[in-house]
Amino acid sequence: MARTFDIRRQTGFPAIAMACFILLYLPIILLVAYSFNAGSSVAVWEGFSWRWYASAWENDQVRAATVRSLILALSATVLATACAVPAALAMARPGRFKGQGLIFGLINQPLMVPEIVTAVALLIVFAAVKVATGYTGMGYLILAHSAFCIPFAYMPIKARLAGMDRALEQAGQDLYGTPFRVFLRITLPQLWPGILAGAMLAFVISLDDVVITEFVKSAGQDTLPTYMLGQLRRVVTPEVNAIATVLLGISVVMVVAFFFLSKSRK
Amino acid sequence: MIEVIGVTKVFPGPDMDFTALGGVSLTVQDNEFFTLLGPSGCGKTTLLRVIAGFEYPTSGSVLLDGKDLLAQPPYRRPVNTVFQSYALFPHMSVAENIAFGLEMLNKPKAEIRKTVADMLDLVRMTPMADRKTSEISGGQQQRVALARALAPRPKVLLLDEPLSALDYKLRKDMQLELKRLQAETGITFIFVTHDQEEALTMSDRIAVMNAGTVRQIGSPREIYDQPSERFVADFIGETNFITADLVGVEGDGSGLVRVRLAGGVETHVQAPSSDLASAMSNGPVTLAIRPEHAILVDEPQGLLKGALENVVYFGTDTHFHVALDDGGLFVLRQQNQPGQRSDMSVGDRVGLSLGRGVGQILRD
Repeated sequence: MARTFDIRRQTGFPAIAMACFILLYLPIILLVAYSFNAGSSVAVWEGFSWRWYASAWENDQVRAATVRSLILALSATVLATACAVPAALAMARPGRFKGQGLIFGLINQPLMVPEIVTAVALLIVFAAVKVATGYTGMGYLILAHSAFCIPFAYMPIKARLAGMDRALEQAGQDLYGTPFRVFLRITLPQLWPGILAGAMLAFVISLDDVVITEFVKSAGQDTLPTYMLGQLRRVVTPEVNAIATVLLGISVVMVVAFFFLSKSRK
Repeated sequence: MIEVIGVTKVFPGPDMDFTALGGVSLTVQDNEFFTLLGPSGCGKTTLLRVIAGFEYPTSGSVLLDGKDLLAQPPYRRPVNTVFQSYALFPHMSVAENIAFGLEMLNKPKAEIRKTVADMLDLVRMTPMADRKTSEISGGQQQRVALARALAPRPKVLLLDEPLSALDYKLRKDMQLELKRLQAETGITFIFVTHDQEEALTMSDRIAVMNAGTVRQIGSPREIYDQPSERFVADFIGETNFITADLVGVEGDGSGLVRVRLAGGVETHVQAPSSDLASAMSNGPVTLAIRPEHAILVDEPQGLLKGALENVVYFGTDTHFHVALDDGGLFVLRQQNQPGQRSDMSVGDRVGLSLGRGVGQILRD
């Protein structure tokens, strides 16, 4: 029997694959390990301790940044998902229409335009608005985060819709369901896993953002990532490791949940 | 009563428009088991979707008991569909699926409970009421889809190839089950299939469709015994086509006409329809003859003569392939009898005998 080309049998493949994985995960493992360092170095191990977690917990700046990050991520998630659901419905349901490809591209703009470009553009526009209105609150960050989270919320919802049998909605209408009742009783329950998955992805993306936040935030509006960045410029202690480890934990939980929701049977 | 009057449906395409229905007219009586039969792409499913309301026809009208059905959206039409994919709601139990239509009609809770119980009983699914639809077999899903569509007691039930996903034995069972359900509920069934055997065994009447048009409407027996044209004769069952010359019309109103076969012998065959018989003019015609309607005889007694080319044993019957002297191939089917031995072998000279009135002249 003729054997097909198998990349795994090529010389050096296992070594290269191993090197890639080490490069990806070793730094993260080290980061997590040193968050438990008893000493104040991020490079010299001096024994196990929870002290940096306690220190981060007691740090008012960290607490304020955490609360701000969570408010921001939650608001952005809700807004982005609220935009993504109707967008996905409009794109997937009534059949093809003229300019569909263009609109698809426009929705996914944040995935294609370099983040730094969006960040600078937002900085300029928001600066003008700040001068005109005098408002300097969290609104700018929430708007900016919502905007770049939309495609992340949109993708899983659209995938879910695409995999949904059109006949289900037709069956609902055939059985005397008005379009709105069919949406509530048939479409929405089917769509839930997609909506939740999209929301969680958006949450993680917002929680993790540095570039746009750094450009858009006003003074005293540090989120966890921008606070960490600020800390690194001064003195580096395992406290940053501890915060990073907690962020990592949240992301892993979210991504795992996302994975299972996307996989969940219809 | 459903009246489909001159319905056309054109799907616009980027290069070329596609005519799915090219002027279809037919009438389905109350309590009738009516089948739309045709090859895939013949427009039968499109017609069903027009009646259900999922497609709007380009022109024509559909009346239900004299009232315009097209003016109503699908959710106001007293017509329910059994979908080819069943389209059961996966987030609901079997009972919830069956209750859905009744809930949408805002029926009282007690009535819904009773109807659902009756429906579960009707399709013998009572023990499965609380199962998820993904936890039951294909045949059971089929029965739930039927119960769900029957529960609101529609005037007409539309069935879109509902048996095509089932294996052979289950399909046979469901054919009988569908006939039983139709008899018990008294609801008009419009059934779409491409399976001619299914259509013949289940239907009161069949409309044979091809390329967006209805070619013939009639009872299974009419469709099988008196196909009006070559497409119908070819699509339903197996048919031999032979050419002959029309030489005379019997004036006795029997619908029989006289033709001269290739060998010069004359015989009586059916005109396309009895009222057409007197209007026919002499000349070349095409005859359709079913394989089981001809009898294998010794060469001298045959109306048609030829050499035996192949003998194929099929269990219940045997097929004899005869190479006719005029060049055509004739397939003849003979039922096997216990203890019967055939002394005929390939290459033998044989004759084919046709009874009076066997053979049907096709239109065109």
